[in-house]
Order: sequence, then C-alpha cells, then structure tokens
Amino acid sequence: MTDVITRTDPKPQAPVAPAKGGSAKERWVRRAPLLPALIFAIVVTQVPFLVTIYLSTLDWNALRPGDRPFVGLDNYVTVLTDSRLRSALLNTVLLTAGAVIFSMILGLMLAVLLDRKFVGRSVVRTLLITPFLVMPIAAALLWKHAIYNPAYGLINGLFGGSTDWISSYPKAAVITTLVWQWTPFMMLILLAGLQSQSEEVLEAARVDGANAWQIFVRMTLPHLRQYLELGALLGSIYLVNTFDAVFSITQGGPGSATTNLPYEIYLTTFRKFEYGEASAAGVIVVILTIIVATFALRVISSLFRMEESR
Amino acid sequence: MTTLAAPARRRLASSVWGIVAWIAGIVFVFPVIWMVLTSFKQEQAAASNPPTWVFTPTLDQYATVFDRNITPFLLNSLMASVFSTLLVIVLATPAAYALSLRPVAKWTDVLFFFISTKMMPAVAALLPVYLLVKNLGMLDNIWTMVILYTSMNLPLAVWMMRSFLLEVPREVLEAGEVDGAGLLTSIRKIILPIVSPGLAATALICFIFAWNEFFLAVNLTATNAGTSPIFLVGFISSEGLFLARLCAAATLLSLPVLIAGWLAQNKLVRGLSMGAVK
Repeated sequence: MTDVITRTDPKPQAPVAPAKGGSAKERWVRRAPLLPALIFAIVVTQVPFLVTIYLSTLDWNALRPGDRPFVGLDNYVTVLTDSRLRSALLNTVLLTAGAVIFSMILGLMLAVLLDRKFVGRSVVRTLLITPFLVMPIAAALLWKHAIYNPAYGLINGLFGGSTDWISSYPKAAVITTLVWQWTPFMMLILLAGLQSQSEEVLEAARVDGANAWQIFVRMTLPHLRQYLELGALLGSIYLVNTFDAVFSITQGGPGSATTNLPYEIYLTTFRKFEYGEASAAGVIVVILTIIVATFALRVISSLFRMEESR
Repeated sequence: MTTLAAPARRRLASSVWGIVAWIAGIVFVFPVIWMVLTSFKQEQAAASNPPTWVFTPTLDQYATVFDRNITPFLLNSLMASVFSTLLVIVLATPAAYALSLRPVAKWTDVLFFFISTKMMPAVAALLPVYLLVKNLGMLDNIWTMVILYTSMNLPLAVWMMRSFLLEVPREVLEAGEVDGAGLLTSIRKIILPIVSPGLAATALICFIFAWNEFFLAVNLTATNAGTSPIFLVGFISSEGLFLARLCAAATLLSLPVLIAGWLAQNKLVRGLSMGAVK
C-alpha cells in the first residue's frame, strides 16, 4: 500500500543533504538560526526535569520547617508501595485507553461518512470539529452542570429519571466528555488518511467486482493503519495529561475512582505539600511517558521516512 | 434498465449517507448549541426540568459576566496567548529553516529532541517550575505564563513550520540565488509568499493551545495574572443558580478559539499531527 500513498500524495521534497564537512564558520552559519529555539527549549524543559530528579531524593514536606535530608530512593519506595499511586496509575491507563479507543472508533465512522460527497459536507465538518475547539475546562463544566446534573441536566431532562450520572458512573462521565472533545481530532487525522487513497485503485477494485465492505477491510483499513497508529499515539500523549476534566467534573472522586496521575501529583504537591514524593511520582510519570513516546516516535519517524523516500 | 437504475441508486445511497452525516454533525455540536441557548436564558429557565426550549432571550447573563469583572482575565489571556505566539513564531521559524531548507548536520536528531519535549508531561516539571518561579518572585505574573506557553508550543511550531518550508520549490530558491538574490531578498520574495498561509495556521494553533491552557495557569496564577479558564472556574458557586451565567461565560471565552479554529480548519490536522499528516 505504500506505493499508493507515494503516488497520490502531493510531493513535498526531501531536504537537501546537509553539506558534509564545510568550514567551521559555514557550519555555525547554518546552526545560528536554530540556536535560540534550541537553547530556549533546553533551558525551559530539561532543566526543571533535572531539578525534579534532585528534589525526588529529598525528604521535603513544605509544611515542616527545618532541613530537607537526602533520603536517596526512599521517596520512590514510598510512592511505588503507596496504593494511591497504583490506583492513580490504573485510572490513568483506563481513562486514557477508554477515551482513545472510543474516540478512535467514532472518529473512524465519522471520517468514512465525511469522505463521501454530499450537500453541505464542509458545514458538517465544521460542526463536527467544534467540540474540539471549545475550551477544555468550559467543556468539562458544561458537561458537569448542563448535561450530567441530576436535577436539571439535559440527560435526565430529556429522558426522565433522577440518576446522578457523575457519582454513579464517574469514569464513564469523564471518558464521555473526553471522547466528545477528541473524536474530532481522530476524525480529522483519519479523514486525511482516507482522502490520500488513490481513487483509481479503488475504482479498479470496484470494476474487479469487490463490494464496498471488501474494499474497506482489504484496502482502506491497511492503508489507514499508519494514520490510526498516529492518531492513537498523539491522542494518548495529550490525554495521558488529562487534568481539566478530572479537576472540574469529579475532583478525582468519588473516593479516588477517577484520580489519575496528573491529579494525584497535583494533590501531593499543592494539598499535602509532600514535595519529595511529588517529585518522585513525577519522575515515574516521565519514565512511563518515555516508554509510550518511544513507540510514538517510531510511528512518526516511519511517516517521516515515507516522506523522505519520495 | 440497470444502466439507468445504478446511478439513481447510487444517488439515493449517497443522499441517505449525507443525512446520516448531518445527524451525526448535529448530535456532536448539540452540547455547544445547548450552551449558547442556555446563556440567553434566565437562571430559572436554565435550571428547569424538563428543559426549556421556548424562552425570551435575554442578555442579562452576559451583563452579569462583565459585572463580575471578566475584563482583566480576558486581557491576561490575550496577553499570554498573543505574546507567547509571537515569541514561538520568532523562535520556531528560523529554527525550522535550519532544519529544512538549509539543514544543519544532525537535523533529524534536533527535530526529535523538539518533539520529545512535547511528550514530557507538564506535571513532572510543575514543582521545580513552581519553586523557581516563586523564588524569582514571578508567581502570578503574566510573563511567566508567556515563557511557559512558548515552551509548550515551540515543538509543535518547529515541526509545523518545517513541513510548510519544505513546500518551497528548491529550483525557485536556487534560481534566485543564481540571480544574485541575497538571503533577505529570497526570504521576502520567494519564501514568505509561499509559507505565509502556513505561518498564519501555525500562529492560530499556538494561540488556541495557549488560550485554552488550564493546568499551568491554575497552579501558577491567582488574582493578578489569572487567565480566562481561571475566571470560569471561579464562577461556580455552591449556592444559588449559576448555570445560565456559567454558559454565558463559557460561550464568551470559547468564542475566540472557535473562530480561530474554524478559520484554520484546513490546516488544523497538519498542526495537531506536528506536520506528519497533510
């Protein structure tokens, strides 16, 4: 299928091979435009992380005056044996996976619908991307108060009953809100994938007597694989950090049913003031993210190679 | 017969799928429509069960929002978003140039370094950033947010601008060089006209992310530098009805991004996928 992609995409050119050798001055002239951004990124993103590693080795509670003794890996032991962190980890996986999988399925269905020509297609596309553009905290508050509320929320208002949706189904309530916001994102990526299919190849398959379902399963889905992977991984990277929805819809509750890692670290830092433990938890999150990100980078770099091989 | 029936059947099928797509679109946008409708209601009508469909629209809730002094929050959001977007563009565009048209030796490594900073969760850096900002006396300061939002959007902008710069036809650039055009001339005459739509789209997407950001804002700002999302959270009261007011504020604060996103929708997917998907 790769050759299909190659033939149908508009052809961007691969960058010219960087000059090998060249004088030192020439190399610095090339580097100069890059340096401000690179230095900025290193200072603002890497230095705090190094500080986090240092802080994670201290026994430091901001409410307790006095010294902050070095305790080595004790904070990691505390954090990893604490059942709160394990449940936060599990909740993070459930919320992220739930939101990514459902928004992916819905996004695929909508992308297939939008790939056809019909009256007002661009209007429908605009309607469909709108949820993604609503300020996330506004979306979360809207769902909490205008939709889930047991007394005057839209669900009970339309269908009757007096279910308290948030306390009865806290995870589903958070996931539904996230799916509503992220389905448009998945749809846009998958739609781009669908539209990069070669119309001639599909037409040829039709002439050969393949029905729509066969074409979808045998040709479209394999073609979409990279786009599905990309959507899932970018979605995971953004959604693993979900904070707004948890903060405003459930405050991590009831109990700790929806407390994910970002919210747990927020509580440890700004409610319990356990700076050492919060830092250790932060380092663990980064390690987990690196594992996910390694897969993400592999997917992105395969798209990248595709682009270069043209 | 079949030659006549087949196109007709296809037309029928396509209009049926068109209707399904329209229904899906309306279902998805409905919570937003409901938010906007509710913002024009009185509080009692907003909190009625069953829901009120017919009502006399009122601007009372919007008046309340402005009475509660939304303006400083709006200005803070505007400052943080506009200045961080400008800074991002100023930093990212030359960097993208050095990673595409005139690449440095290890340009792939640099690109992947940028994207890896995007993958690092903000929670992990929150505490040191908080402590540093506190020691510098820059808590609740809008310039702190400008710096942080710049670093948040920089990888996205570098990747996006790179993918737009790669569309500049090399032959034209080389022809310009042969004709003796200096760097500034070729930027102004050749590169800018081609990438300016891309530049605008990149700026819009950075603006959207900065405008919507909540996690850093809630932890690092308070009354002086509070941004719009902070205003929205402070708007909820435990007593009395507040739904219509909340919807008015949410509508107002979502509006800039809705407009920006609708304008940039053709480039949205490219930005969100860091330029990987055209």
